[in-house]
Amino acid sequence: MLEETLMLSRIQFAANVSFHILFPSITIALSWFLVVFKIRYNQTGDPVWMRAYRFWVKIFALTFAVGVVSGITMSFQFGTNWPGFMETVGNIAGPLLGYEVLTAFFLEAGFLGIMLFGMNRVSNRVHTASTVIVAVGTALSAFWILALNSWMQTPQGFEMRDGVAHATDWAEIIFNPSFPYRLTHMLLASALTATFLIAGISAYRLLKGDDKRAPKLTLKVALFIAAVLAPVQALVGDFHGLNTLHHQPQKIAAMEGIWETDTQVPLLLFAVPDEETRQNHFEIGLPGIASFILTHDFNGELKGLNDFEGNHPPVAPVFYAFRVMVGIGVLMLAIAWLGSLQLVRKGSVSPLILKGLVVMSFSGWVATLAGWYVTEIGRQPWLVTGVLTTQQAATDIAPGNVALSLAMYSILYVVLLGAYLHTLFVMARRAVEIEEIQPEEVKQAGAYTSKSEVNGGQNYV
Amino acid sequence: MFDADTLAVIFIALMGLSVILYAVLDGYDLGVGILLPLDHDQHSDRMVASIGPFWDANETWLVLAVGLLLIAFPTAHSLVFRELYMPTAILLISLVLRGVAFDFRAKAPFSHKPTWNRVFKIGSLLAALSQGYMLGMYVMGFEDSWTAVAFSILSALGVAAAYSFIGACWLVMKAEGELQKKAIIWAKNSIGICMAGTIAVSLVNPWINPDVYERWLSWPNVLWLAPLPALCMALFIVNYLFLKKLPQDNDRGCWVPFVSAVVIFLLCFFGLGVSFFPYIVPGQLTIWDAAAAPESLTIILWGAIIVVPVIICYTAFAYRVFWGKVDDLKYY
Ligand code: HDD
Ligand code: HEM
Ligand code: HEM
Repeated sequence: MLEETLMLSRIQFAANVSFHILFPSITIALSWFLVVFKIRYNQTGDPVWMRAYRFWVKIFALTFAVGVVSGITMSFQFGTNWPGFMETVGNIAGPLLGYEVLTAFFLEAGFLGIMLFGMNRVSNRVHTASTVIVAVGTALSAFWILALNSWMQTPQGFEMRDGVAHATDWAEIIFNPSFPYRLTHMLLASALTATFLIAGISAYRLLKGDDKRAPKLTLKVALFIAAVLAPVQALVGDFHGLNTLHHQPQKIAAMEGIWETDTQVPLLLFAVPDEETRQNHFEIGLPGIASFILTHDFNGELKGLNDFEGNHPPVAPVFYAFRVMVGIGVLMLAIAWLGSLQLVRKGSVSPLILKGLVVMSFSGWVATLAGWYVTEIGRQPWLVTGVLTTQQAATDIAPGNVALSLAMYSILYVVLLGAYLHTLFVMARRAVEIEEIQPEEVKQAGAYTSKSEVNGGQNYV
Repeated sequence: MFDADTLAVIFIALMGLSVILYAVLDGYDLGVGILLPLDHDQHSDRMVASIGPFWDANETWLVLAVGLLLIAFPTAHSLVFRELYMPTAILLISLVLRGVAFDFRAKAPFSHKPTWNRVFKIGSLLAALSQGYMLGMYVMGFEDSWTAVAFSILSALGVAAAYSFIGACWLVMKAEGELQKKAIIWAKNSIGICMAGTIAVSLVNPWINPDVYERWLSWPNVLWLAPLPALCMALFIVNYLFLKKLPQDNDRGCWVPFVSAVVIFLLCFFGLGVSFFPYIVPGQLTIWDAAAAPESLTIILWGAIIVVPVIICYTAFAYRVFWGKVDDLKYY
């Protein structure tokens, strides 16, 4: 096995999947926000919901497009960079990926056109239904890919014959032990990513002097939802960790930076793990709390990394990534509650919090990426726990080729990310300048819910 | 239910279906991208609007085709993509570029629009060229020689011309007025290159592959296979003559070039299938050598039997919704 090819393949896969996940993590939940905006509009006939819909559907379309094309790249990656993966567990991964394409991708893609461009070609009801179907499609897609990823973490329901995994029970494979936690945690991660994006962009518009109702409304909706979901996410994360402790104790040991098996383990707020000397430097911890969180007993025993020598993941990246994720989770909770409190008390949000929200617009991305790094690096050296190591799965393509493709992808991704962020803020600024409600829309607002032809108001919100 | 050998045949048929659907569907939208005029904003907006609702679903057929190759013939998947590593990377990057340019051109600062138009056009062209190159390499059995490269470059140009042709025919059907007239000219210009390319590939292929020669020209095969190229050539000629008469009053027959282009695509694809079946990698690997475990294939087959007709129904619904001439590009 070519050592460089393995390294480069890992970096290339990580770059591709990290870039890809940024966009689903927005679209999965944003699609449901669009459903809410659309349904509220149908119910109340208040054009402000339609403006919220129109503004966010454009951002959705852009995000979805980048998600789709980066996803297509992903689907080629398995064969090009990880041939050993399909050779060994293809009988299980194949059907799961196949069902994702058949049930989720086509559904999303088929109705996306109607959702984006069909508003005056179909009845309002069909349009609303298309919006719902797209949202269901994105959720289904998360369901299948996370079933596969969770199976790779905690495999079951299969048997090995001649070194190849064969499925014995599909229900066990799909509903493997870590799947319910991972699915819930990821859907909530997407919800938080989308709420903070909506809140951040809305706050940006308000700070730029936008005095319309739409950004205030979307800010309020997003903040209230974030205030509810942030604590739920922490709770689900806690259950997720307990489940991981049961199935992948070495991952928890790396996350918590525990070297020696011990009781009364402190919760480390900060430390510098050192794999050479197998200890932490500069520890700041809360005594006994890690034991308490993970075993619900201050004296509980937690296994240390030294019990898993040679069979545990690299410690530092897992340890830091975990702190980044949880740190952002706590920040999200704080700012969502502060903002909501101000909204309830005074009916508006102070400029300081607005600025904080603008800064946090993409905090969901950082937390989501950090979370995936914990999960995926924490599984090393395994690709499929106990079945296949990452090394065994790698390709034997010449490193020069992988290096070249990696360089091309990296440049592409940096440019696209810059263009995406820039465009989002351009759209927000453009929206500030547009007038509240076009006169023709007022006339049509009432008539709209019937099947009548609507063609006014294509302007930006 | 089915034995392993039958399953392999069923899955190659499913894969063939997705490949040809992809070639036709993404073919016309890549073609429209290749033809995008950089100096006429109104026309380029209309052209992009004509493919806007469809391009995502069109590309999903590629995901299904590659997915089926990966799932049903994993060894072939590794072999093919290892051989085609760089062209695949270029294809993916061009698909990414054109997919995002499609959206950015409408949403980025207005001053950047010409740049994104250019990215859209170049991305479409590169995607078509790399697909053609991959097809050429595949037909040559991934031979490592100059003839193979030369043939693949020829095939790259052929595929780009074919996509431009079907894209132009799509526009003849979907556009009106001046844009339609332009599209008719594009179609007439590309049909010649497309026909020349088809003839070249059809001659070179049996000439370099003795198996293919044997299959097409041995008796009695030649008897029932000969109509295939004959029909294809006839369609090219009829199409050309018909294009010369367009546009007609009331836009009668505006759909004829597109439909006949689709038939030409089907015939060419069928010709390739005849040449290589049952090989999945020409000269190296048959579908039976490469097929995955029957239990897993059966599981997917059930899904496919239920879901594929549903997909075709709602795709048909989407085409009905956007039936007729294209309006301005409007995002909601
Ligand atoms: C939790 C959600 C999630 C995760 C972890 C992944 N994806 Fe994804 N993917 C989606 C959620 C999603 C989505 C929400 O369904 C997309 C994103 C763009 C879009 O908005 O649809 C999508 C699009 C998308 C597409 C294009 C679909 C189309 O043509 O419409 C492909 C081929 C993939 N993905 C493949 C992958 C692979 C191989 C992954 C793993 C390594 C992966 N995705 C991780
Ligand atoms: C389902 C099929 C998947 C396979 C076969 C797979 C495989 C891998 C492999 C081989 C690595 C490299 C590990 C390393 O080098 O340390 C990796 C890393 C990574 N994966 Fe996955 N993964 C899958 C799904 C996912 C999903 C769904 C996500 C979420 C978006 C994801 C996110 C990541 C991230 C962020 C990394 C970077 C960590 C690193 O570089 O080590 N993966 N994955
Ligand atoms: C606030 C407290 C949080 C806790 C206690 C927590 C806990 C965890 C744990 C233990 C894992 C690793 C599971 C494993 O692989 O075994 C994980 C993964 C992950 N976390 Fe968190 N998390 C928190 C907040 C967040 C936030 C705010 C986000 C994003 C907005 C997030 C996104 C993710 C993602 C995407 C993963 C990888 C997918 C998965 O395994 O579910 N987490 N989290």
